[in-house]
Amino acid sequence: MEEDLFTTPLDALHRELGARMVPFAGYAMPLQYQLGIMKEHLHCRAAAGLFDVSHMGQVQLWPLSGNVADAAKALETLVPVDVLGLKPGRQRYGLFTNDDGGILDDLMIANRGDHLLLVVNAACKADDIAHMKAHLSETCRIEVLDRALLALQGPEAGQVLEAIAPEAKSMRFMDVADLSINGIDCTVSRSGYTGEDGFEISVANEDTMSLAKTLLQHNSVEPIGLGARDSLRLEAGLCLYGNDIDTGTTPNEAALTWAIQKVRRNGGDREGGFPGASRILGELTDGAPRRRVGLQPEGRAPVRTGAPVLDASGQQIGHVTSGVFGPTIEGPVAMGYVANDHSETGTEIQIEVRGKHLPAKVVDLPFITPGYKR
Amino acid sequence: MLKFTEDHEWLQIDGDSAVVGITTHATEQLGDIVFVELPDVGAEFAKDDDAAVVESVKAASDVYMPLDGEITEINEAIVEEPAKVNQDPMGAGWFFKIKLKNAADAEGLMDQAAYEAMIA
Repeated sequence: MEEDLFTTPLDALHRELGARMVPFAGYAMPLQYQLGIMKEHLHCRAAAGLFDVSHMGQVQLWPLSGNVADAAKALETLVPVDVLGLKPGRQRYGLFTNDDGGILDDLMIANRGDHLLLVVNAACKADDIAHMKAHLSETCRIEVLDRALLALQGPEAGQVLEAIAPEAKSMRFMDVADLSINGIDCTVSRSGYTGEDGFEISVANEDTMSLAKTLLQHNSVEPIGLGARDSLRLEAGLCLYGNDIDTGTTPNEAALTWAIQKVRRNGGDREGGFPGASRILGELTDGAPRRRVGLQPEGRAPVRTGAPVLDASGQQIGHVTSGVFGPTIEGPVAMGYVANDHSETGTEIQIEVRGKHLPAKVVDLPFITPGYKR
Repeated sequence: MLKFTEDHEWLQIDGDSAVVGITTHATEQLGDIVFVELPDVGAEFAKDDDAAVVESVKAASDVYMPLDGEITEINEAIVEEPAKVNQDPMGAGWFFKIKLKNAADAEGLMDQAAYEAMIA
């Protein structure tokens, strides 16, 4: 492995647990542990899994005025999201857009009462921070946190965390709160990237090892690597930045318009006012030429990123952006972009793999029933 | 005679025919195998041609023809149940049988000691 990779506070633990470490977004990260991707995936769907996602960026926006609404209004100039309407203790999904209506990154935005807390993708964090510093410095102090982030995910995540942090019980999906977990101060959101109930836990670097070991002591909890993280999120229909969304895809094409609240749309009180608004709002009215959809191949052959998607006559109408063998589905699952007139659920299409045209269908996302605690 | 390639295939050679599979080391690197695509019986390949495909949850990998030859039999059981390859890569998880074009070509492959030294 290259010498210049960053490591997370759990690096020694990953190695002790027998993880296969790989470089990812500049970090040495566990691809899988001894269970392997398939069993890790199934374990997370059946019980609970612990993920080290400390490579992700955690950024606080502190309003210079002292009023968090000013930070919210400022952030709204960069995202097509209702940030001002986000109540203290709540989190929502957002997108940084560019002037062409493309997506610079996707992120989580939490209202922490006196500041906003953002969680951004590892591979984008340097650019995101520069982007915010360039555009928000007049209204906000931008503080990049040097903290770890753990995700505890799965149908038993709630009972695992409640046993050592009873306040977790009252949290609903997308709530954010400060919790003491076994005496360790943490900032916890009830959210994740698996389609399951669960938590993302921000913790000081020096407390991370102790917290991880406490959680792993529970019989329900197994460590889960990036491999299963990818198959879990794909079954859950969640986008991977760089694969399924990027600067060349608009929120409309990406079927992420649910992240654009009414107040930011045409006729809303704070209509537009974000990069790419004319294109994005135009596509909300007129539709986009292509759309991100779920793709389910018949048979067992997985289809992978980049595979051409063809119509019944063999004409190319799009391509696959993510594809795995879904361990829960026990079959191949994928998503990709198809021309709008082929995006309806149930449309029969073909996917080209090694020169063969495999029959497949456009399906609704997600592939699994989410376990979010609403 | 058991031989190995640098691409982690094994060959059990008997005269001018050979059984071919992928090594235990290869299966450990691939992880859980979820899909196998085998060539047609009767297909002829040159050494290093793509002869079969194995896929794990995350990735696809090619299995190469270890020597020039013709496919004489394929292991349908691993198509039906790809996990067999992980369970018994050197036995029940074999991929295909080939008739070698030149039996003497096998001399150029690694023996077990050389293969184990390579992956060590």
